[in-house]
Amino acid sequence: MSNPWDPPPFEPMVRFWEAAGRHVLSAPWCDRCQRPVLYPRELCNRCHEPVSDWRDLSGRGTVYAFGVEHRQWTTAAGLEAPYVVALVELEEGGRLLTNVVDDPAAVTVGAPVEVVWAAGPDSRTVPRFRLALP
Amino acid sequence: MTGLRGASAIVGQADMVSSTGVLDVWGRPLHSAVARAALDDAGLTFDDVDGLAATGTLMASSELGEHLGIDPRWTDTTMTGGSSFEVLVQHAAAAIATGLANVVLVVYGETPGGDRQRGAWSEVPYWLQRDSPITEWEGPYGLRQPLGPYALAASRHMALYGTTAEQLAQIAVSTRQWAAKNPDARLRDPITVDDVLASPYEVAPLHRLDCCLVTDGAGAIVMTSADRANDLRHRPAWVLGAATRHSHALLVSEMPDVTTTSGRQSAKEAFAMAGVTPSDVDAAMLYDSFTITALLHLEDLGFCDKGEGGPFVEDGKLGPGGSLPVNTNGGGLCYTHPGMYGMFLLTEAARQVTGTAGPRQVPGAEIVVAHGCGGVLSAFGTVVLGSERT
Repeated sequence: MSNPWDPPPFEPMVRFWEAAGRHVLSAPWCDRCQRPVLYPRELCNRCHEPVSDWRDLSGRGTVYAFGVEHRQWTTAAGLEAPYVVALVELEEGGRLLTNVVDDPAAVTVGAPVEVVWAAGPDSRTVPRFRLALP
Repeated sequence: MTGLRGASAIVGQADMVSSTGVLDVWGRPLHSAVARAALDDAGLTFDDVDGLAATGTLMASSELGEHLGIDPRWTDTTMTGGSSFEVLVQHAAAAIATGLANVVLVVYGETPGGDRQRGAWSEVPYWLQRDSPITEWEGPYGLRQPLGPYALAASRHMALYGTTAEQLAQIAVSTRQWAAKNPDARLRDPITVDDVLASPYEVAPLHRLDCCLVTDGAGAIVMTSADRANDLRHRPAWVLGAATRHSHALLVSEMPDVTTTSGRQSAKEAFAMAGVTPSDVDAAMLYDSFTITALLHLEDLGFCDKGEGGPFVEDGKLGPGGSLPVNTNGGGLCYTHPGMYGMFLLTEAARQVTGTAGPRQVPGAEIVVAHGCGGVLSAFGTVVLGSERT
């Protein structure tokens, strides 16, 4: 059985994770909507036009929503419960599901965050976030 | 738009659920038993069935037809998660209205409780056990499924609207009051708001008692045309409106706004087709995978404004004797939740609207809505049932 974390051959996803391996948050850019297309794909999921251009993103954003995982239901993520899983709204637009690595009690909706890079559950490097000064 | 209004009715229904959470029959024998019970309820037989719907396996309706020995001329295996059965009612109503089928049987049964005892159950949902966009894109962050996405929705609803954990807990309390009237419900003992808040966090802000059950259960419904419905054993539960909408599948990062579901559109269209408004609804069966799920449905169906769900539920109006009876069988929180609860929204809605809900009957229930939610607040089906065809 293949490793369940192995990315299937889906070119825009492969490209995202290759950039992540270099600690660069990069995404397809829709010129018409002026926003990154996340998850990365071949067309904009808002206007449906093909995307060809990619942009590197700032890695800054705000906490859009978050939950605190109190049960250690998996060890694959390499996180010790309680840990924060959050949707982060990037300053260029678009949202990422990710972690906020700070003390759960310090995290609030709307808090500014910035990307940090971490070893993922497989050979991937994954974007996580930490609380930032406004 | 009148659409499918009054063209078909639910004329038979059955649930098979145990208060232990575990049934002593599973797999195909469970499906055939619940199918037979629903047909018996209608006064029909397997030979009458010419439309078949089932979901959840590769060729679900074909596999079921093979097992039961039914060769239908209309078939449907639509999979939208927990809302599949509301969506299937919409499809079946259209098939009956256009003459593609006359007697449609819809069957569901899963047994996670018994499967766990038999060593055939995993806490990690099957959709996370293979390569897919969800394992690749959202997998590395330890978001527990399906709870995690609902906790995200709850956190933002609390932050935007001031909704409190106490208000969410009141939904569990009111639902438990209904469950006390249902001998097959898994959880029947009364609880308080404090009990909910004292139960351990699963994914904060959701406590254990904010979460649905994992239990065995099966259900089936039989639908037929207007001309045939009036000649059967029971009063028909008329399908007055049915509509569907989905915004994403299993990636919560794809949800446009985690506090507003696309069920807002399915509900609006179903109510318009039925020619009713939320104030006409006598009871509502709202998919309650979690307390926050039911709260979002109350807002998105228009029982209260967006953001007002917390204050709306606070006085216990969802419970017995309240002004908006919700999930009168005890819901997914207290009755049963085998995985795709939407079937039980329909069976209870049909009972209420035909006056056969026994000790939990809502007096004079004429309009009852069943609102299914599948995926992670992703896919919706709204069905409006009426005691009269017009």
